[in-house]
Amino acid sequence: MSRPEHIAPPELFYNETEAQKYTSNSRIASVQAEMAFRAIELLCLPEDKSCLLLDIGCGSGLSGEVLEEEGHTWVGLDISPSMLEIARDREVEGDLMLQDVGQGLGFRPGTFEGAISISVLQWLCNADSKTNIPKARLMRFFTTLYSCLVNGSRAVFQFYPENDDQLDLIMGCATRCGFTGGLVIDYPNSKKAKKFYLCLFAGQGQGAKPQLPQGLGTDETADPQGAQFSQTRNRTRGPKGGPRVSVKDKHWIMRKKDAARTRGETVANDSKYTGRKRRVKF
Amino acid sequence: MRLLTHNMLQCHVKSCNDPALNFPLQFQEVELEQIEAEENEALLLNLVGKIDWPALVQTTSELGITGLPPTKPDVVKNDPALMKRLHEILLETNVAQGKMVCRGCGHSYPIKDGIPNMLLAEHEI
Ligand SMILES: C[S@@+](CC[C@H](N)C(=O)[O-])C[C@H]1O[C@@H](n2cnc3c(N)ncnc32)[C@H](O)[C@@H]1O
Ligand SMILES: [Zn+2]
Repeated sequence: MSRPEHIAPPELFYNETEAQKYTSNSRIASVQAEMAFRAIELLCLPEDKSCLLLDIGCGSGLSGEVLEEEGHTWVGLDISPSMLEIARDREVEGDLMLQDVGQGLGFRPGTFEGAISISVLQWLCNADSKTNIPKARLMRFFTTLYSCLVNGSRAVFQFYPENDDQLDLIMGCATRCGFTGGLVIDYPNSKKAKKFYLCLFAGQGQGAKPQLPQGLGTDETADPQGAQFSQTRNRTRGPKGGPRVSVKDKHWIMRKKDAARTRGETVANDSKYTGRKRRVKF
Repeated sequence: MRLLTHNMLQCHVKSCNDPALNFPLQFQEVELEQIEAEENEALLLNLVGKIDWPALVQTTSELGITGLPPTKPDVVKNDPALMKRLHEILLETNVAQGKMVCRGCGHSYPIKDGIPNMLLAEHEI
């Protein structure tokens, strides 16, 4: 299977055509939303708190929308102008910025209560130009990310690691930049459902030392941590112990997406702010 | 981009790290747009806690936006008029066009159709 990040740099790969195709594909939309839900769960945010979150590699907003539905507000960064244009046309609530996160982030210290990143990190390991040194880029990225996170908060990256070397490189850089944490693997024994989530802790905050959550679809009874973790969240088990499904929100989003799709190929404008008033000030 | 986010942004040119100069970025030639946002008191209070008040006062006055006390009141929560104004300023006032210029290194970040371009040149990384 070919990996998109081997084909072209992200800002070229996600051109207008590809960005449109990506966003209007219902299977992609539902997979991205499901992974974004899981990432929020792994953030372990304070119960019922509305937070300011960062979406790293936000693309056309498929992941960020899930943050909105959970009552948070967000800032999304992406290197592809075409993806961002679609996000804007879909009227996502988060603020969008054209940014190569390998160049570092420019936020004040302690800005975000958490960060998610869905299907992006493998792109950062690419050396797609002579001056593009993955290790240096990862270091700059993780250093500046660490500093803009609230002490004790987390960053969760769902991604598709290419091999063990790549995993080692990423974990090594993150650790050197001050993060603790590690890899959570959901459904490790399923070829289709297996997913990697890098869970990074930015300091310890006031609380106890953070524990790495248990992956789904592993033997949870063997680990009390896993049982404790799944209790606190709004999830139920699917049929026959299969993949878990989020209770309400996912269906809500899917219905929303379907409605948008039946209206035509420009999947747009289905947020709760659809039709909200805009007026030019000056 | 909402004014909220501008208040969190500093210049990220690698050599530009004088905190007295790399924040806040100065708006130039901006076109503002009000976009309605749902009110959420808890979220607003959380965000107000993160705001750099002097920078917000400086930026809004440069933009000709009024209605903010020069210093941050101890309790914002008990002042409904101020809460409303903060909601309008932080979450509903968007910068549609223009640029943000760093007072330290002079880098100019263009804003087009609401999206700031934060890309740096090779020598700035
Ligand atoms: C598979 S898409 C995922 C988009 C979105 N998170 C979602 O779940 O739908 C990967 C995204 O990562 C972005 N990306 C890749 N490298 C990046 C970089 N160095 N800086 C910022 N964004 C990047 C791409 O432009 C693309 O939009
Ligand atoms: Zn600067």
